Amino acid sequence: MSEILNVIIDRWPNIVDATWQHIVLSIVALFWAIVLAVPTGILLTRFRKLATPVLGFISVLQTIPSLALLGFMIPLFGIGATPAVIAMVVYALLPIARNTYTGILDVDPALLEAARGMGMTKGQMLRMVELPLARSVIFAGIRTATVMTIGVATLASFIGAGGLGDLILRGIAMVDTGIILAGAVPAAILAILFDMLLAWTDWRITPKGLRIQNRT
Amino acid sequence: MGNAIVFDNVRKSYGQKAVIPNLNLSIAEGTITVLVGPSGCGKTTTMKMINQLIQPSSGKIYVNGSNALDISPVELRRNIGYVIQQVGLFPHMTIEENVTLVPRLKKQAGEVNREQVDRMLQLVGLNPDEYRHRYPRELSGGQQQRVGVARALMSDPPIVLMDEPFSALDPITREQLQDELIRLNQELNKTIVFVTHDMDEALKIADQIIVMQDGHVIQQSTPEQILRHPANEFVRGFIGEKRLTSHLTQSVDEVMVKHPVTIAPQKGLAEAVKMMVRKRVTGLIVVDKDGTYLGLADSADIHARYPEESLSIRDVMRADAAVVNVSTPLAETIPLVQQAPYGYVPVVDDLGRLRGLLTRASLVDVLARPYLEGGEEHE
Ligand SMILES: Nc1ncnc2c1ncn2[C@@H]1O[C@H](COP(=O)(O)OP(=O)(O)OP(=O)(O)O)[C@@H](O)[C@H]1O
Ligand SMILES: [Mg+2]
Repeated sequence: MSEILNVIIDRWPNIVDATWQHIVLSIVALFWAIVLAVPTGILLTRFRKLATPVLGFISVLQTIPSLALLGFMIPLFGIGATPAVIAMVVYALLPIARNTYTGILDVDPALLEAARGMGMTKGQMLRMVELPLARSVIFAGIRTATVMTIGVATLASFIGAGGLGDLILRGIAMVDTGIILAGAVPAAILAILFDMLLAWTDWRITPKGLRIQNRT
Repeated sequence: MGNAIVFDNVRKSYGQKAVIPNLNLSIAEGTITVLVGPSGCGKTTTMKMINQLIQPSSGKIYVNGSNALDISPVELRRNIGYVIQQVGLFPHMTIEENVTLVPRLKKQAGEVNREQVDRMLQLVGLNPDEYRHRYPRELSGGQQQRVGVARALMSDPPIVLMDEPFSALDPITREQLQDELIRLNQELNKTIVFVTHDMDEALKIADQIIVMQDGHVIQQSTPEQILRHPANEFVRGFIGEKRLTSHLTQSVDEVMVKHPVTIAPQKGLAEAVKMMVRKRVTGLIVVDKDGTYLGLADSADIHARYPEESLSIRDVMRADAAVVNVSTPLAETIPLVQQAPYGYVPVVDDLGRLRGLLTRASLVDVLARPYLEGGEEHE
């Protein structure tokens, strides 16, 4: 135990650096994943015939083992942060796009009928009804993607993107459990913290009217 | 008065199937017109073609004199109120936000004032101060549909479409809302097109009834004329569904009130009064704990001796009032009920146990039936 403590104390600046890199990588990847996946999910609800092939394609991407995907990135984008982020985005797309799609389709058809009957345009329906009501499902997708991304980010150091994976790799190379843990434990804590933060945010921005349980 | 809505040779088909083969229809301004007919006859389709939620396959529809197909659907719908059976209030918006939605869509934001919201909520029988900032899920089904009606009326549209708006409500709430709709339209004079499959509802609220079958209009007339001169067997059957059985063949069991308000003989008078107030009845049926009928305690008798604190129901009830056996033919019970001092007669079985109550009200239907049914032949 004290051995691990020593490692932490010795490597503290190292750990802080790596954690910071890890966070930046994850946030950048999530940002792009959201920017790409939410509109994709929305578009798929408008062109529903495309939903199965598109979501199918995205899930095939997800079945590629992370190490292999990172490997594919090297000939295309070289090494460093960019290919790592691209690979992370690819993984994060599916939960967000799928939840956006199903979240919007799950909106009560009676509400859409009322909205249309009152004279809302398509854009108004999306903005005033569909997105607000699908928001918590979309948010759940983002949470899933976040936890995954923080996990995948540990592998990013294989292609020189830095992050907590550096510590883990070094620990493995040196057969030093202490160093492995110095990378793995902060990564796990990060995933849990981000998940909790998002859960709290979700609760905070849920309109009061939706927090009330349905009476019927 | 002109026509608010005109259907001119309107046809709607899905693939090969003509749901509405050829519809010609005029709906007068300022009236409540009820489309009625069996499930699948095309009522909703007809209504939704008015605000272009459904596009006709051919033909013309005029709304307030202009061809509805020339107006952009969004513009058209913002000037036609729309109320649906599932209510469709937006759960993430407050009642006020829901009610002001159409004006906000029209960007009349400046014109949407508190006063107007208050007026609308009051109009549908909701206290604005209590409900303005509540959310739909905090309201009962009946209250939600009141808000639905307020929302449809908020921007003062000349036409309001209502598709089975009260069908999902319990019978008492439904009656209330029907009454209020009638009252409200005496005040507002909207053209209301109302869809229902319940002929009783149609007869109650309509100025004009349009009876539909398989996409055709079978009869368009006032409730009075429809009752007196049903166009054919179909309409007759539709009016008479519940009135078909003649009163002679009905049994006491079928028309009696099933669960009258009862009280045990040892209860005090104050308790009895409280129970009558709570259940909103003017008399109580006294039964012992096995359910055996003992007598009647009417409010007049109870009040007369109320000051005597030591009395119980047993002391004021009438044990000699007329009772009928469940197996008595209904026709024989009519004079008994009409002569009964309180207007009601307990129904008992062979063992003397209380089974129900015959009231004047429960006989009204039975008594009125021969006139409604025989109307045609006797003219
Ligand atoms: N999109 C559609 N495609 C094919 N057929 C349809 C479609 N919409 C409605 N129909 C058919 O049109 C007919 C009329 O439907 P409509 O909804 O107008 O009936 P309705 O009189 O309102 O019935 P209900 O009382 O059950 O609401 C029905 O036979 C229905 O199956
Ligand atoms: Mg219908």
